[in-house]
Amino acid sequence: MTFIVVSLIKIAIVMAFFMTVLAYLQWIERKVLSHIQLRVGPRRVGPHGLLQPLADTLKLFLKEDLMPAHVNRFLYRLAPAVAVFLCLLSVAVFPFGPEIEIFGVRTQMQITDLNIGILFVLAVTSVGVYGIAIGGWASNNKYSLMGGLRSAAQMISYELPMGLAIIAPLLMLNSLSFREMVNNQAGYSLGFIPRWTVFQYPFPQVFGFIIYLIAAFAETNRIPFDLPEAENELVAGYHTEYSSMKFAGYFMAEYANMTTVCCIAALLFLGGWHPLFPAPYSNLVPVVVFVVVAALAFFHGLQPARKWDNITFPIVGVIALILAGLFFVPVLNTILIPIFWFLSKVGLLLFVFIWVRGTLPRFRYDQLMRFAWTFLFPVALINLLVTGLLVAVTTGH
Amino acid sequence: MDTILFFIFAIIAVVCGLNLVLQKHPISSALSLIGVMGSLAVLYLMLGAEFLAAAQVIVYAGAIMVLFVFVIMLLNAGSEKPGGKSWFAQIAGIPLLLAFIAVMGFVIETFLPALRSVRFGSFAGGTAREIGRVLFTEYLLPFEVTSVLILIAILGAVVLARKEID
Repeated sequence: MTFIVVSLIKIAIVMAFFMTVLAYLQWIERKVLSHIQLRVGPRRVGPHGLLQPLADTLKLFLKEDLMPAHVNRFLYRLAPAVAVFLCLLSVAVFPFGPEIEIFGVRTQMQITDLNIGILFVLAVTSVGVYGIAIGGWASNNKYSLMGGLRSAAQMISYELPMGLAIIAPLLMLNSLSFREMVNNQAGYSLGFIPRWTVFQYPFPQVFGFIIYLIAAFAETNRIPFDLPEAENELVAGYHTEYSSMKFAGYFMAEYANMTTVCCIAALLFLGGWHPLFPAPYSNLVPVVVFVVVAALAFFHGLQPARKWDNITFPIVGVIALILAGLFFVPVLNTILIPIFWFLSKVGLLLFVFIWVRGTLPRFRYDQLMRFAWTFLFPVALINLLVTGLLVAVTTGH
Repeated sequence: MDTILFFIFAIIAVVCGLNLVLQKHPISSALSLIGVMGSLAVLYLMLGAEFLAAAQVIVYAGAIMVLFVFVIMLLNAGSEKPGGKSWFAQIAGIPLLLAFIAVMGFVIETFLPALRSVRFGSFAGGTAREIGRVLFTEYLLPFEVTSVLILIAILGAVVLARKEID
């Protein structure tokens, strides 16, 4: 009984947090992109445009749900539902922190720990292509169909290097469960180098990490691999015919997939919730970060560049100080410190995704395929072979 | 709980299987096949074969069926047209089906050893570790021979495709 109640509470917390992150990820992306392109971005709805995601969601809710003529009605409705369902599924197996005890109940900071966690995520992502492919086909539109086809071909091609890049750290971590994998990355070699797989003996997975990231860009249909929705060739690609909440479903799926691949990268390569520095120093890092944020906010509040800056920036500063203070509360800090490290890794990777979108142009379709099969795939294979050889030699069996 | 889940997914598998045959449009048939594979994966999982369940979804539903759907979409295959009914099928169809079922029942009853009743989750050899050990010790030769066979098939496909282009 306690198990069911605890699980329901955990699911509610994770889903509420995940949904908020998805909504605000879009705001962050628009802000970062606009600053890269020397614009200001959304700032009309709420202070600094902070209520923009809410307004966008409301708009999509209230829009008319068009059903184009000549579509396959059943599949046209089914496809966005499949996309949303599958992109929210994999978050169930991600661990956010170690085992904790609250009010006498011991529980893991994770919805469920599967023995085959990584295989579960691979299965979910490999089926995820149907949402896009079927949507493109059912729309009965040449641009949608091209988008769906491109997406299917691209995801099959990039799943191979992605899978091979994932297997290499699995060889070193010797498990398929996310929790065990992260636990095997605990500790420091030479007292200061964290034993994350990107730094771990015998073969640091730097190449594996880069291959994984490149393949992840293609898997999530992001620039520079966003051929399925290339707007100057295909209008909007596979979701050209979709409007209202069905379009919102695809939109959410893209951001959810982005978050998922970043979580996998953080768990497999960057040591999950294990901090960059040994314990006594690493516990101070979140406090220092939030105090610095607060100081910057107060500094800018004192020298307002825009109309409301002398009010909004001090509020941000106070919030940052409260967050810094939370890390001194005895029970809370055992929960917050791992979450801080995990989220900062995921956040950094998400920032890289947005950064790349603001920096790189789109590939041509033949370049995309040639890159996957003649460069990324062989390199991933060599990385796997070298890792396997070194692991076999050093462990001796 | 296990029994209820078993019946739910067994019924889904059978309904999807029937739908696969009855649907006229190839893409509906392909999607039904994905349904069959997904529910079979759940049944494997309930029996304790967790690795097999994941592999079923990754390989069949995630890779092979994506290629099926891709080809159907690429060729833009339309609905099937019902062919003329053959007189042989009309006369001999149902008797032959009954005979087939009877033969299968007889073979299962007489030649297979007496089966114990299945318990959900009692099978312990389904983890990735166990399967890897068995594949690389006991069944090493069949495993390697199968991979060579697949390689030959790929090479054959490449050769045939090249001939077409020249």
